[in-house]
Amino acid sequence: MAVSLASRVGGLVSLDACSLLGNNGVCKQAEQKSHCSVVVAGVAAFQSRFFFGDNSPYTSTSVVWRGAMTAGGSKAGGGRGRGVVAAAGGEGSTATMASAPELVKPKPKAKPQELLVTKEEGLEIYEDLMLGRTFEDMCAQMYYRGKMFGFVHLYNGQEAVSTGFIKLLKKEDFVTSTYRDHVHALSKGVPARQVMSELFGKSTGCCRGQGGSMHMFSKEHGLLGGFAFIGEGIPVATGAAFTTKYKREVLKDENADAVSIAFFGDGTANNGQFFECLNMATLWKLPIIFVVENNLWAIGMSHYRSTSDPEIWKKGPAFGMPGIHVDGMDVLKVREVAKEAIARARRGDGPTLIECETYRFRGHSLADPDELRSPAEKAHYAARDPITSFKAYLLENNLVTEAELNAIDKKIDDVVEDAVEFADASPLPIRSQLLENVFADPKGFGIGPDGKYRCEDPGFTAGTAQV
Amino acid sequence: MMLGVVGRQAGEVGRLIFKRCSNDNAAAMAWVAASKRFMSTTEMNVRDALNSAIDEEMSADSKVFVIGEEVGEYQGAYKVTKGLLQKFGPDRVLDTPITEAGFTGLGVGAAFQGLKPIVEFMTFNFAMQAIDHIINSAAKTNYMSGGTINVPIVFRGPNGAAAGVAAQHSQCFAAWYGQVPGLKVLVPYNAEDARGLLKAAIRDPDPVVFLENEIMYGETFPVSPEVLDPSFTLPIGQAKVEREGKDITITAFSKMVGYALKAADELAKEGISVEVINLRSIRPLDRATINASVRKTSRLVTLEEGWPQHGVGAEICASVVEESFYYLDAPVERICGADVPMPYAANLERLAVPQIEDVIRAVRRACHRSSAEDQREAA
Repeated sequence: MAVSLASRVGGLVSLDACSLLGNNGVCKQAEQKSHCSVVVAGVAAFQSRFFFGDNSPYTSTSVVWRGAMTAGGSKAGGGRGRGVVAAAGGEGSTATMASAPELVKPKPKAKPQELLVTKEEGLEIYEDLMLGRTFEDMCAQMYYRGKMFGFVHLYNGQEAVSTGFIKLLKKEDFVTSTYRDHVHALSKGVPARQVMSELFGKSTGCCRGQGGSMHMFSKEHGLLGGFAFIGEGIPVATGAAFTTKYKREVLKDENADAVSIAFFGDGTANNGQFFECLNMATLWKLPIIFVVENNLWAIGMSHYRSTSDPEIWKKGPAFGMPGIHVDGMDVLKVREVAKEAIARARRGDGPTLIECETYRFRGHSLADPDELRSPAEKAHYAARDPITSFKAYLLENNLVTEAELNAIDKKIDDVVEDAVEFADASPLPIRSQLLENVFADPKGFGIGPDGKYRCEDPGFTAGTAQV
Repeated sequence: MMLGVVGRQAGEVGRLIFKRCSNDNAAAMAWVAASKRFMSTTEMNVRDALNSAIDEEMSADSKVFVIGEEVGEYQGAYKVTKGLLQKFGPDRVLDTPITEAGFTGLGVGAAFQGLKPIVEFMTFNFAMQAIDHIINSAAKTNYMSGGTINVPIVFRGPNGAAAGVAAQHSQCFAAWYGQVPGLKVLVPYNAEDARGLLKAAIRDPDPVVFLENEIMYGETFPVSPEVLDPSFTLPIGQAKVEREGKDITITAFSKMVGYALKAADELAKEGISVEVINLRSIRPLDRATINASVRKTSRLVTLEEGWPQHGVGAEICASVVEESFYYLDAPVERICGADVPMPYAANLERLAVPQIEDVIRAVRRACHRSSAEDQREAA
């Protein structure tokens, strides 16, 4: 069965790489008699000039392959080839095309000039991955000790997506997320102390304790939330991208080139707001990247039970933007794709939709018994742990030494412990803080014609009746 | 009065000249503006008041932009944004696809970054598709972010019943939005309110829900030169006593203020002196003015077009009972729309919303001066 599937789909070497395995080890897509999404090597070029214009390097859909996992397993992480397959090149296409047979060959250890990261970048990426993982593990501990409460959604396993995208952004760029936002906050630069305090509900948190786990905001770092309603962050990110365009075109600020990234999950990709924003983003050529963290599960609802066409990347071309699928457990592949998408947005060519195949190692939230996911599936993804494979990549290619990585591990442990101590020692918000920050305008009576808050005008009385 | 006639004639002359030199846009615009100003030193309709407010605020601050369905090329579904596309261009007056949730959220995201969107809903009924963004990402964000991210956005559009538009186009949302901390909710009545409150709303650093009324758009009101000044704004959270009286207080907002004033004229013939309060602001609600008035008159009738349960009148009643209980000489009367989705048939629609006769009857009841007929028809 496996052999015939491989030959039919034309080149997939290892079904270990296929995330569509059902519990019985057979490809779900094959069961449903539709062609395997893993393989789309011959991408259907579609009439894209209308949408993309003549200057775009994309002349049709780009698709990224999870390819290049060598036969027999992905543990060693060897043969990390370029994950990006750009479209059937038209004129002016500068994207490279890797054909299926190339992807299939096991790749030798990368030569120095083919390395995808420098040593410094590698260390930065590793540190961010470790920060995300260690922080989330500490959150679980703190939750079970009663220091954290309410809804806490952990990001373990998905770190490659956050690090891969956000580490390429500038401070002025914007990120919106869903309730699974701790690691997006950390990657964007919000100090671990502030995030941990916010989770403990202390006044030193990034939102003064008024937001909580699901509502991380940081104006300084361009983190526009933390939204409990999935799909809510997408229009907000679209609006932030719109601001960049507005600043350039109306306010004539030529330096405005901030890019916006909206992170959301597979369940969100069925929500109406998502499609509304795909439409508007292409229509107005907004500098936004829609990143789907497809971890296959929306609480207990499997992606395949809820979605008519599970290939989310396909929804991009339907709205006139490139749709890309990437292995979200591999930080380097994500980074490569992110580089292209961010560059595309920054130069004004418009939005991109990127579907990252990833997995959350823990349940939906700390209250989720997580009974519906099969142990085989969990084991499959645990074997593709992004941190383990990146570590192996760094060591195998002699970019770093074990000692350096251990030093980073220790440093991160210290950072997270310090964050917990800081949060523990921080004060709870004082009672009067309950009524603060409802309005930016202190008493909510608006701004007078002289431009000052009305309530600060000693002559401001409430009402004109004579008693 | 004479000036008004002359003004109107000048306006017509202006329009003729506009037609003749319609090729010369600048001259034409200047003539129209001049004739408008001359014409409106005494009178202005609510639509023009809103249009001029948006126009002036957009001229004064380049961060202000308008976004909504049909606001640009169609000149506005109710012509409130007429001429703005021609004046400010498509980058600042954006026609959107039919995507309320999407473009409302987009406006909120832009407001997070310091732009000042004016989001137009064709009616506030359609805003229900975007209410998640109005409440969850606009109203609550300043609080959730600990005061670091404020949202200087205005949501505006017609609210409440129109004429014969049936159930899904006739709901009044004042009570819904009025309940939410983090929103300011304004309800203009006449041209002066429309201008002053909208300008205040656009300048305000917080999300403002601006509930207009379609029937009022065409109504003309006298306006003073002070109102026409580009820096004119009205305070948010302050009600206006439209008519002073000593026997009974009627609180009303939007179109119902007109009904209350007409009822007051009728009742004055019977010797009942009615004080009419134009609320202007549902949130913050001007409880001080209302209570001061009730302490003076000892009787209260609340008037609104929306549904009775948990409505604006219920809140005013509670406020008065809490603060001025011992001043009341009669129970508070609430006049509201009928507790049904709006029917289509014209005679049923008339029964489903308050009419001037209902106001008069309720005032008489509250003043204990009703005939048996009034008692029987207590709605």
